Amino acid sequence: MDVVWLSRLQFAAATMFHFLFVPLTLGLSILVAWMETRYVRTGDELYLKMTRFWGRIFLINFALGIVTGITLEFQFGTNWSRYSAYVGDIFGSLLAIEASAAFFLESTLIGVWIFGWKKLSAKAHATVMWLVAFASSLSAIWIITANAWMQHPVGYTIRDGRAELVSFTAVIFQKFAIMEFFHTISGAYILSAFLVMGICAYHLLKRRYVEFFSRSFNMALVFGLVFSLFIIVEGDLHAVDLAVKQPAKLAAMESHWTTTARAPLYLLAIPDEQHEKNAVEIGKIPRLLSFLAFRDTGAVVKGLKDFPKNERPPVMLTSLAFKGMVGLSMYFALMMIVGWFKRNRLTESPLYLKLMLFSIPLPYIANELGWMLAEVGRQPWIVYGLMKTSDAASPVAGSQVLTSLIAFVVVYALLGAAGYYLIVSHVKKGPVDA
Amino acid sequence: MTLQTTWFFLWGLLWAIFFMTDGFDFGVGTLLPFLGKTDAEKRIMINAIGPVWDGNEVWLITAGGVTFAAFPTVYAVMFSSLYSALMLILFALILRGVSFEFRGKVESAAWRNVWDTCSFVGSAAPALLFGVAFANIFKGIPIDQHGVYQGNLLTLLNPYGLCGGVLFLLLFIQHGALWLGIKTEGDLQRRAVQTAARLWPVTTGIAVIFLVFSKFATHLYDNYLAHPLLFLVILVTVAALLGIRFFMGQGQYGKAWIASATTIVGATFFGVIGLFPNLFPSSINPAFSLTAFNASSSPLTLTIMLGVVAVFIPIVLIYQVWSYRLFASKITSEDLDYDEAY
Ligand code: HDD
Ligand code: HEM
Ligand code: HEM
Repeated sequence: MDVVWLSRLQFAAATMFHFLFVPLTLGLSILVAWMETRYVRTGDELYLKMTRFWGRIFLINFALGIVTGITLEFQFGTNWSRYSAYVGDIFGSLLAIEASAAFFLESTLIGVWIFGWKKLSAKAHATVMWLVAFASSLSAIWIITANAWMQHPVGYTIRDGRAELVSFTAVIFQKFAIMEFFHTISGAYILSAFLVMGICAYHLLKRRYVEFFSRSFNMALVFGLVFSLFIIVEGDLHAVDLAVKQPAKLAAMESHWTTTARAPLYLLAIPDEQHEKNAVEIGKIPRLLSFLAFRDTGAVVKGLKDFPKNERPPVMLTSLAFKGMVGLSMYFALMMIVGWFKRNRLTESPLYLKLMLFSIPLPYIANELGWMLAEVGRQPWIVYGLMKTSDAASPVAGSQVLTSLIAFVVVYALLGAAGYYLIVSHVKKGPVDA
Repeated sequence: MTLQTTWFFLWGLLWAIFFMTDGFDFGVGTLLPFLGKTDAEKRIMINAIGPVWDGNEVWLITAGGVTFAAFPTVYAVMFSSLYSALMLILFALILRGVSFEFRGKVESAAWRNVWDTCSFVGSAAPALLFGVAFANIFKGIPIDQHGVYQGNLLTLLNPYGLCGGVLFLLLFIQHGALWLGIKTEGDLQRRAVQTAARLWPVTTGIAVIFLVFSKFATHLYDNYLAHPLLFLVILVTVAALLGIRFFMGQGQYGKAWIASATTIVGATFFGVIGLFPNLFPSSINPAFSLTAFNASSSPLTLTIMLGVVAVFIPIVLIYQVWSYRLFASKITSEDLDYDEAY
């Protein structure tokens, strides 16, 4: 089998699995730290119980995030060695900085948090969790900066057949990275809020531990409300930036085939890649695409047909991922707003609670769709405009990659199942022995 | 030139610290099925490394990351050449990482057995494989002029590679046993130090064989012969190895552990110094070898990264030492009562 294809599958499987855990780490660390701080401030034992109950979910999730991250760090070398040699001068340093500035702090302090309950003062213990949260966000900043550089390379020059660093500040302060960071982190906070609120809903529906779960619910609600509104505004700005920097991705995500001025937007469009048109187009809104992309209802939006065939990303996946993500974002904002009005009488709204319980998977889906859009939409480039994915793989045997791919799928499926089981059984027990 | 040389030795230092710190975690994990007679003892063993193993593992991520940043070609060629070996290590680390967190979360002996097996395999396999990989690097790897590997997993399992693997495994087990000597008490402690004492002659024997074998299988000694002062490194390492025995005899396990740590750092540097300036020598033709000079990043990247490392590594050391001291006391059954304890 083809090494490039297998490596892509493997990388996609491994990162997507990593990103099942990372968002919760990013968001829940803050919520747990906040709960613990409230405990320290008020001395209210309920907050301590909350810290422990949610902390345990955090830890199970965290363990899975860490072990899945380590494999990623090495896959650039094992599977994408030509890529690594080509971009290492820039990309490698970002990863190395992530490890030395963020992972150390995070991993060292999580041990302190787990084992330090009696060794540290309550205040110091809470501070440790804040630092863990801080370090997680810091690691997100660096990895996103690395990814943003692949999406929109800056601050480099090509010398001796590889990209060499010219301006470090250009790399780390580029707008694409900043936008991508805020977008990803908001997506992570939304996911964490939904998870916490969904679990609360589960118990509130049964009217158990009402005080405990109402309080948890409301803390997560504030968090979720702010970021589910923020992400819509920010996501829109991100798309504007994208329209200039990756026009092919923009055209693919809107399945926009023909270059036109005053381009319309379709609420739903199913692309037909063979005939270079859309098979289905529903909900046409005139001029909206031009406006969204360039803030000008008359602007010309370049269509897919004006890109050479071998420089178009897979349209179907890219466009459906985008529509799915945006559609879900509307639902998230709506549910948060409804939640805000119901926040003081949650137990009287069983329908809402049920919806919240069953909504837990949705932000996971939105996050994965977003990444599919970002990464699949970048194809055929591994570094946009500089290096094709097909030139990037390692000179290893297909059988090797196939074996590791199968091993990844099997091991990850088992670990995922074990982690899911642990979290669910912990949740079902409730905070009694937390 | 000096930048690249500095980075070469920093690279070696990061690997050495990784082996020194995570080494005892590997050792304890490997000893788990043998020394932990009861569930309580197993828990004590795991909790003896509980607060620190994760931070220790980051030295690996950093060593990998720094290889990527400072010597991208080496990162690319090394990790793709050693593809299968590295994947085995990664899977082992995955299993080990979750096993600590998962094992105590369900009240079932069968469940715990599964994760204990994972801890064992996940600790012993990387210890062995890192040894095999590094010994092969010392010896030279069959890569052609394009950095393409001309062998397979079995190529690595040659006598010298295996000798390196066994040496690493033994050093780490001994290191872990001594750590348990510091962190535990009573019967478990007695058995742990007994294990270390019994292993010592074997480890020493293999170490001597490895040193002699290196003369025939590698070019490591060339640098030493050119600069005889460097033999001091080997002397210090051997002295540290003897020191382990000495301090163990005195019942000073802390000092014995430090001697063991010195041995591991020394053994790593024995190879790193011998390799210089090669990072990934080719056994097909020395001209294909990747060196600190032909495989490095641009001077700008090396300079920036030097700044980053100069700022962060000392900070990391400060808080890691702080956390080691915070958890310096012996593990007692009382410590096992925490909810979050493993
Ligand atoms: C809960 C999660 C979530 C929600 C509600 C949204 N997104 Fe998103 N989106 C992500 C989670 C996400 C993500 C997984 O985090 C991605 C992948 C890469 C990235 O930067 O964020 C992403 C990528 C991503 C990209 C591609 C960026 C790239 O190519 O690098 C665009 C253009 C948008 N988003 C736009 C939006 C818009 C306009 C939204 C709402 C109106 C929106 N997203 C809601
Ligand atoms: C954690 C969230 C991420 C997810 C879910 C994700 C998902 C994916 C997917 C689905 C692909 C396959 C695309 C294709 O081949 O069609 C891919 C490829 C890739 N991604 Fe990501 N990605 C994530 C983050 C990152 C980051 C942060 C980086 C870099 C720092 C990165 C680097 C790569 C590389 C090198 C490839 C392989 C080459 C390619 O197919 O373009 N990814 N990713
Ligand atoms: C594809 C590129 C990626 C690589 C190579 C990578 C690498 C790693 C590694 C090595 C770890 C373990 C660190 C430790 O031991 O403490 C880790 C954990 C983590 N990563 Fe990633 N990661 C990637 C994508 C991402 C993305 C896109 C994000 C966030 C937006 C992210 C955020 C985190 C966080 C917060 C952790 C903490 C541990 C946890 O979640 O349990 N990573 N990652």
